[in-house]
Amino acid sequence: MHEMSVALSVADQVEQAARAHGATGVERVRLDIGELAGVVPDSLHFCFELVCAGTLLDGAELLVRAVPGRASCTPCGREWATGMPPDLTCPGCRSAATALPAGRELTITEVRWARPPAPAPAPIPHREEN
Amino acid sequence: MCRTVDLKQAVLAKNSMAARILRTELTARGTTVVNLLSSPGSGKTALLERELRLARERGTSVAALTADLATENDAVRLARSGVPVKQVLTDGLCHLEADMLAGHLHDWLPEETRLLFVENVGNLVCPASYDLGESLRVVLASVTEGEDKPLKYPAAFGLAHLVIVTKSDLAAPAEFDEDAFRAHVERVNPGVEVVLTSVRTGEGAGVLVDRALRAAEGDAVHAPVMARA
Repeated sequence: MHEMSVALSVADQVEQAARAHGATGVERVRLDIGELAGVVPDSLHFCFELVCAGTLLDGAELLVRAVPGRASCTPCGREWATGMPPDLTCPGCRSAATALPAGRELTITEVRWARPPAPAPAPIPHREEN
Repeated sequence: MCRTVDLKQAVLAKNSMAARILRTELTARGTTVVNLLSSPGSGKTALLERELRLARERGTSVAALTADLATENDAVRLARSGVPVKQVLTDGLCHLEADMLAGHLHDWLPEETRLLFVENVGNLVCPASYDLGESLRVVLASVTEGEDKPLKYPAAFGLAHLVIVTKSDLAAPAEFDEDAFRAHVERVNPGVEVVLTSVRTGEGAGVLVDRALRAAEGDAVHAPVMARA
């Protein structure tokens, strides 16, 4: 269950980015998680909520985009869905896939900061009655 | 202030960076790291006991670090080989990370170590995601675990440089289908070498030390498709 470690890494990086941008809160974090990244999104949601509690990310929404695995074969020019469990042998020439263009992502793609709190209304001058 | 920013940051970037630094530092001093992954009970420790003894007999300077949630049993077993051994207790954590390993090596790893074997926590899920700065990643599976293990744990098997089958002396009673196992490994990691071993019969003796030394000498290791993202 390394989703806790993954959630901590996400929270750390977003918090650093927030400080760099002068943000005081985080509304939303978007992640890409590849089919072959070995991370369970449900479990990550649970851990993310726990690690964010009491931090600058408290209440931030986690949006996960699942990225299907895709492999490619340069000699054949083919690209195919790897499936799960993945098949990394080219369906055309039966040689090993040349590359895995998608499916191993574990990336923070976008962060939306929370709206800064509205400034407190200026106090109305108080005049002593004589 | 623009409220939405594109970060495009790899979540495990910090670990990857720590692993790269560790690999560079250790390679510079002549130490090569071998990361051993398997499910609990597949025989990592038994195989390591044999390989450490063999390495010592051959005069290769080796050391081993073993990680478990609890007990020092594995370190006690490995220390019988007479090589430097360190037990790391992870206090419940299911995997090792590069900065943890670096911290444990800091004041322990003997300077002359040629090969450092790291026995990861017994788990085929989480350790797969963490580069430890190794030059050789080895995944083990015993014949009693079933031929479909590579399909159930594709990341672990898919990122391995070498696959070792353990307890081959039990292949017949366990009705282990070697061809099916090899086909499943090939599906998730085409081209990776699969070697059968048994500490009882001596099958495959020295394979781990041999492949680790080749990697240490700069021979190209297998490049898994899954690592070509």
